[in-house]
Amino acid sequence: MPVDRSINWGYSISRPRAIDMDANDHDAASQLLRSLPELQACIACGCCVATCTAGNLTPFNFRKVHTLVRRGEYKGAYDELNKCMLCGKCRLCCPRGINTRGVVMAIKRILGEY
Amino acid sequence: MSGKVIVIGGGVAGMQAAATLLGMGHRPVILEKNTRIGGKLNDWHRLFPSLTPATEVLEQLKSRLDGVEVLTGTEVQAVGSGEVTTTDGRRLEADAVIIASGFEVFPAELKEEYGYTLYDNVYTTVDIERMFNEGRVCLANGAAPRSIAFLHCVGSRDEKVSQRHCSRVCCITGVKQAMEMKGLFPDAEVYNFYMDIRMFGPGYEEMYREAQEKYNIHFIRGRISEAGETQDRRVQIKAEDTLIGRPLKMTVDMLVLIVGMQAARSNVPFAGCEGIRLRPSGFLEPADSFCSNVCSGTPGVFYAGTATAPKNVGESINEGTAAAVKAAGYIESGKGDAGR
Repeated sequence: MPVDRSINWGYSISRPRAIDMDANDHDAASQLLRSLPELQACIACGCCVATCTAGNLTPFNFRKVHTLVRRGEYKGAYDELNKCMLCGKCRLCCPRGINTRGVVMAIKRILGEY
Repeated sequence: MSGKVIVIGGGVAGMQAAATLLGMGHRPVILEKNTRIGGKLNDWHRLFPSLTPATEVLEQLKSRLDGVEVLTGTEVQAVGSGEVTTTDGRRLEADAVIIASGFEVFPAELKEEYGYTLYDNVYTTVDIERMFNEGRVCLANGAAPRSIAFLHCVGSRDEKVSQRHCSRVCCITGVKQAMEMKGLFPDAEVYNFYMDIRMFGPGYEEMYREAQEKYNIHFIRGRISEAGETQDRRVQIKAEDTLIGRPLKMTVDMLVLIVGMQAARSNVPFAGCEGIRLRPSGFLEPADSFCSNVCSGTPGVFYAGTATAPKNVGESINEGTAAAVKAAGYIESGKGDAGR
């Protein structure tokens, strides 16, 4: 008997949420860390996000974006970073002295519109 | 006035206590349960944060023990004011006693979910020190690791294994070994899975930063929930990257469990003796945490080193000095309050 595939039963497949470090491509992340090794010194204090002008107006979270990029999760990073207005307040407050604006520019340059 | 002082334990704290007492004109006797003195330092390779060879510190301490009586293979059953009973029933008298009996390394096999002793390529930080000492660091099949994950807080801050305390020195040990591994295998990727990074000592934070910036060691905040072995004997791990808020999984060649310090079982019989109390963690509880932190509740019985809490080598050596000075004061004052 032919199966009627037009019926929507309301089921779908959930994609796994886990960051798959084995499957991810780490080349761009390594290139980023080679150009700005200080980014590795981030202690995730969140000071950059707390002071972020863009983050106060939109759900933009610089710390999360660069952490995802460092794990090889590039999708959407370029668009996210377009929210940054390069005001540089994050660089003023970073306790590890990271050139945060440089990080924004480097990620965009290395990833392009990934 | 010269007196005889029994020092229980021939590790760094005990050696320093004995050397200090000897220098002050007293007669220290070290009781060591193992066949040789030196304690845990015998098993370590290089010490954080200066990477000083452990043997260098050991030789320096030993060189000052000329004339100190050392009874190896001697384990203590009970301690009282002016006397010590060994497990083989000997009663030794002394004018003062210093308990410097140290700690035990957390047995990583208790955290079964990490597969230590079950999987080929799961190691502890103690194994890594041994491999460094033997001059051969490699995987079970003899190959060089290309990816290494360190897991912090194994047997620390974990009530599932009755270890609620922080062992303090493991954070810096993990960072030190991660750097040493990266030095040996520059092409390997090294990951440290941590809960908090507690860099309490001078030079530690600087070392941590060097690990991040210069050695390109990846720090991922999250406790590995479980490890599994793949068919090719690699180790598959799962954690949450808590700074992102998403689960993370990866396969590494080598998993190193950064094991904490747990209270020595030898503390248990001590706790039955007058004036000696245990903390909930099982470590000995000093008379107070400030002016009398090397004193017990019994006059003439003093504490030094990790018998009372996790400490690093320098702190333990300092407590050896402090306990020796307190013991000498106690003897010189005719066993009065000066020892408190």
